[in-house]
Amino acid sequence: MKPFTYVRATDPVEAAREAAGHPGARFIAGGTNLLDLMKVQVETPGHLIDINKLGLDKIEKTSDGGLRIGALVRNTDLAADKRVRRDYGVLTRALVSGASGQLRNKATTAGNLLQRTRCAYFYDISKPCNKRKPGSGCAAIGGFSRSLAILGTSDTCIATHPSDMAVAMRLLDATIETVNPAGASRAIPIADFHKLPGSTPHIETALAPGELITGVVLPRPLGGKHIYRKVRDRASYAFALVSVAAVIGPDGQRFAFGGVAAKPWRVEAAEKLKGMEAIAASVTLGAVTTEQNAFKLTLLQRTLGAVLVEAKA
Amino acid sequence: MEIEGISDEGSDGMTRRSVLAAGAMTATLSATPSLEAKPLPKSDAPQLTKVNLNVNGKRQTLSLDPRTTLLDTLREHLHLTGTKKGCDHGQCGACTVIVEGRRINSCLTLAVMHDGDAVTTIEGLGTPDDLHPMQKAFVAHDGYQCGYCTPGQICSAVAVLEEIKAGVPSHVSDDLLDIAYSDDEVRERMSGNICRCAAYPNIVAAIRDVAGENKA
Repeated sequence: MKPFTYVRATDPVEAAREAAGHPGARFIAGGTNLLDLMKVQVETPGHLIDINKLGLDKIEKTSDGGLRIGALVRNTDLAADKRVRRDYGVLTRALVSGASGQLRNKATTAGNLLQRTRCAYFYDISKPCNKRKPGSGCAAIGGFSRSLAILGTSDTCIATHPSDMAVAMRLLDATIETVNPAGASRAIPIADFHKLPGSTPHIETALAPGELITGVVLPRPLGGKHIYRKVRDRASYAFALVSVAAVIGPDGQRFAFGGVAAKPWRVEAAEKLKGMEAIAASVTLGAVTTEQNAFKLTLLQRTLGAVLVEAKA
Repeated sequence: MEIEGISDEGSDGMTRRSVLAAGAMTATLSATPSLEAKPLPKSDAPQLTKVNLNVNGKRQTLSLDPRTTLLDTLREHLHLTGTKKGCDHGQCGACTVIVEGRRINSCLTLAVMHDGDAVTTIEGLGTPDDLHPMQKAFVAHDGYQCGYCTPGQICSAVAVLEEIKAGVPSHVSDDLLDIAYSDDEVRERMSGNICRCAAYPNIVAAIRDVAGENKA
C-alpha cells in the first residue's frame, strides 16, 4: 500500500468537508473492497477518512411505511433485520447471495453500492483500462470477457457492477441520501445513481466530489413473491454471471438484472409483457456481446424462466 | 502485559527501513552500482497512529503505521502467529478472527479502524491444555490435513454457530424467518474458508458435533 494519512470523522458533514479539502481522499467504512484495491495499487489515496464512527448504523421506519437504512449498516445486519426479512425478502436474498459471511459482517450498505468492478483488467495495473486510467484503452474488449457486460456498454468499457444488493434495491426503487461538504443533503433515485460508461467509464456514480452517502430509503413494501436467483461458476462465494431479482404478485411484476451491465439493469416496459421470451427480448434489446459472453443472453432468458416458474410454485 | 509504542523503530534508533537500506548498500558494494538503494524521501515516513485493542482479554496499546492490517498487527506486532496469512485479499479465510463477536477477514481491515475493539484469535479460544470444544472436535474428526487454514476455519465455525442461533439467514435458508442448523447451512456459511487439502467433510462433521447434532 502507498502511504496515506488517516483521520477518524465523527460527523457526516465534517467527513464530507475533510474529503473536499483533500483531493484524492477516500472514505473508508468496511474497507473490504478499498483495501483490496489499495494492496494492488489500483487505489492510491493520500488520505483516508474513517467514517465508521458516524453513527449511521441504524434501520428506521419512515413516515410513509418504508425503511431508512443507515449508510454504515453492515450487510449481515441488513439481511438479518426482521422487517427486511419479512417485507423485503428479495433484498435479504440478494445480500446473502453475495460475498462470504466474513465479508458481509464488515461490508456496509453504502460501500456495497460503491464497490468497483471485478473486471480482471481493472485490477491489473500492467494493462490498459479506461476506468482506472482514462484514455489508456480497454484490454477487456477483445480480451477475456466471459464475465463482462452485454448491456449499456460502450467502446471504452464493458465492465459490470458486481453488487447483488444494488440489484434488489433497484427493483425496490430505493433512494440514496447524501450530504455534501456545504452541509446540503439530497436524494438520488437509484435508477440515476450508477452511470453507464459512455466515453467516461471512470465516472461511476452521480456523487459529486466530497459527497457522502448517509443512507438508503426503501419505499413501502411490495406484496407478492420475492425472488433473487443468481447464476455463478460455483455454488457460493462468487460474483454473478447473471442474476434476476423479482417481485411477482397480483398487482404486477418487476424484474431487475445483475451481472450484465455497469448498473443494476431494469427495463420497466418489459414488466408489462408475459412469458420469458418476450420479457427477455425486451430487457436485452440493444445488447452488444463478445464471442465469450454471448451466452449471457440465453442465460438471462433461462434464469428469468426459472424465476417465473418459481413464482408460480 | 501492555505493549507501549510498538513501531517500526528499533530500540537503537535504527528503523526497519534503514536496516533494509543498509543491507541493500552492503549488497551493492560487490554488485552493480545501478542497484544502489536510495533513501526514501522524508515525506514518505509513515504517520504513526495510536491504537488500543483488547486481544484475547489483554489490553494492548500500539503505535502503528496506519497501513498495518489487523492481520499484520496480530502476527508481526503482537506475535500471535496462530492467525494465518493466506491470500491477503479476503478470498481464502485463513486470517479469520472474531472482532466484537463477529468473524471478519483480518487481512482486509486496518488495525486503526478497530480502536477499542475486542479481538479473539485462535490463541484466545483455547490453549493446548484446555481446548475450545470446536478445537477438540476438529482434532476428533480430523478436520484438517496440513492445518494451515485450520485457525481460520475454527474461528469461522465458532461464529457460524452463533450466527445460526441468532437467526441470521443464509443463501440456503428456505424460510427467511425460521433459521435452523443443517449441514447445508454450515457448508454455505463456511464458503469463505478455503481448505486446499479438501478436509471439508471432516470440517462439517466437527461443526455438526459441536452444534449437538451428532446424537445417535
